[in-house]
Amino acid sequence: MNAWRRLSAIAWKEAMQLRRDRLSFGMIVGLPLMQMLLFGYAINFDVRGLKAIVVDEANTTASRDYIAALAATQVVGRPRTVASGAAADAALRAGAASVAILIPRDFDRRIQGGGRSAAQIIVDGAEPSIQSVVQGLVAVPLHARHGAVQNSARMVEVRTYYNPERRTAVQIVPALIGVILSVTMVLFTSGAIVRERERGNLELLIATPVGRTELLVGKFLPYVAIGLVQTTLILLVGRWLFKVPIVGSLLQLYVAALLFVGASLALGLLVSTFAKTQFQAFQLAFMTMLPSILLSGFMFPYDGMPQLAQWIAQLIPLTHFNILVRGIVLRGADLSELAPQLLKLLVFMLAMFSIALLRFRKRLD
Amino acid sequence: MATDAAIVARGLTRRFGALTAVDHVDLDVPRGRIYGFLGPNGSGKSTTLRMLCGLLRPSAGTATVLGVDVEKSPDEVRRHLGYMTQKFSLWDDLTVLENLHFMGSIYGLGKQALQRRIDELLAAYSLTGLRQQRAGTMSGGQRQRLALAAATIHEPELLLLDEPTSAVDPQSRRDFWDRLFALTNVGTTVLVSTHYMDEAERCHQLAILAEGRLVAQGPPADLMENIAADVLRLDRDPGVALRARIAAQPGVLGVAQIGAQLRIICARGDGQERVRLQELLRAAGETTALESTRANLEDVFVVATHAPSNRAAA
Repeated sequence: MNAWRRLSAIAWKEAMQLRRDRLSFGMIVGLPLMQMLLFGYAINFDVRGLKAIVVDEANTTASRDYIAALAATQVVGRPRTVASGAAADAALRAGAASVAILIPRDFDRRIQGGGRSAAQIIVDGAEPSIQSVVQGLVAVPLHARHGAVQNSARMVEVRTYYNPERRTAVQIVPALIGVILSVTMVLFTSGAIVRERERGNLELLIATPVGRTELLVGKFLPYVAIGLVQTTLILLVGRWLFKVPIVGSLLQLYVAALLFVGASLALGLLVSTFAKTQFQAFQLAFMTMLPSILLSGFMFPYDGMPQLAQWIAQLIPLTHFNILVRGIVLRGADLSELAPQLLKLLVFMLAMFSIALLRFRKRLD
Repeated sequence: MATDAAIVARGLTRRFGALTAVDHVDLDVPRGRIYGFLGPNGSGKSTTLRMLCGLLRPSAGTATVLGVDVEKSPDEVRRHLGYMTQKFSLWDDLTVLENLHFMGSIYGLGKQALQRRIDELLAAYSLTGLRQQRAGTMSGGQRQRLALAAATIHEPELLLLDEPTSAVDPQSRRDFWDRLFALTNVGTTVLVSTHYMDEAERCHQLAILAEGRLVAQGPPADLMENIAADVLRLDRDPGVALRARIAAQPGVLGVAQIGAQLRIICARGDGQERVRLQELLRAAGETTALESTRANLEDVFVVATHAPSNRAAA
């Protein structure tokens, strides 16, 4: 009872102070709007090693040669073979692959001529810069059994799933939710403890019976609400200004956003336990932002990055959130298909919060 | 004695690297009294207070506050303790009412109890008219009243006040001390640090700290009575040169000019210090006789800090 009273007192005080701090309060709305306009209008993106899936219904020398030739371009990685078109669809929706290559049973006959395309390449239009790259795949020559080389430009049909008009905004806007949230959330909480230490409030606060968990959770909660407000704002602007549809469940999107907000805030709290001054806290916060923006799949597709970068990206919450948000907003994926990402965000949040809690002591030494 | 005391400390020590800020301090602070820490800046007053509320871990020694070992269960102690930091540490961007409301909730006061307590405090500390004022826009005296109100919101058994009057005018200081006595009347123990002699003199008990060591302890009147030195008075202005020679004389612990009067604190060595001083004066053409006078607290302070090994009896 007392613990709850203390926790809500901390949360109330934090919210009150934020309301009085006009600049920070303005940032809640101003920062997302500004970034939306900047990123939404000004970004266009190039790529290798995309995850590919092959449905090879023909399974002939010609089709195998063709697949090997596609892989040799290095634009796609070594393709994984699945049995059916339905399985390929599922993999695309879950974000497990960004390119699917469908080779029909009569592939060899189609190469020989006729009006119909010999193969189909399906592209995940939710991810940036993939479509342009795939155009390169189309140029890979097709070899018929008797060695005749066909000009394949018209032989392979490219279809873009989830973003048929191929608008960059459709890729950018959902991902912006994560970028904007990670910037503001980490910034907000990174200063939360340091600010009170600098102003002398902390000495008084830790001389009271308030518990460490109560203090940290109390500082955390008001910003969760702010994170959800920002999410809503970005979705609305995305809808009105950039005509980005939300294919999947709005509720599920908010569940994902909630976890991501939590993970970012926990990271900010951890930063706050390291920094001695607010200035240091901001520097540390910025250090976490750059890798987030560059390595999370926002700028460059995750699959196209070198192994080391991919390992680092796994440790960045934005990487997982980007998969979640693109999946739900653009592909209409269900959270059950994206459970690993959800789980990773949860683990990240709990880990960051626990370390922050262990590092925070109610002492001055 | 030990169970009845509000604070018992034994061998309390705190080192910061090579510096020993508090050096083997023993304290017995009785309940319901104002206990003063007198000492110059850097004498270890704040560090001692911080150890007593568990904000700093002692390098050695123990502290039992309100019957509880501070190091083992600091939050248990903190429930019954009010702490006023040296620098104003409530929230500048919150109003008087909001600050009190927040601190009351932190101490677990229920809605009705809190409302009643806030009304009491606003009246007792003349803050009623300032209730909607942001703390950051108030004067030093107003902030100090608010800080004391916040520190006592949960009616603590013990108040730790770190130089509470350093930023306020004399009238506010007097009012502040009246409030402290009112608190002891209802049984609160007050531990207050200061570097003002007049404040120190008002305490029931006093500990003088110098360079981290406790050099004298006892009621101020006893300390003045039992001073281990003679205080002499010369009712003439001797001039700068002669004053310097008096100060340089062996056995002279301190010289202070008060208007046209010189106050000389003399150690009790071979008993001839006064005779030698009088001869020095006569040789310089000064015939006015030295008079014995009662020691004041400043004299006690000078003697105690001059020779930290000589502990004045309590």
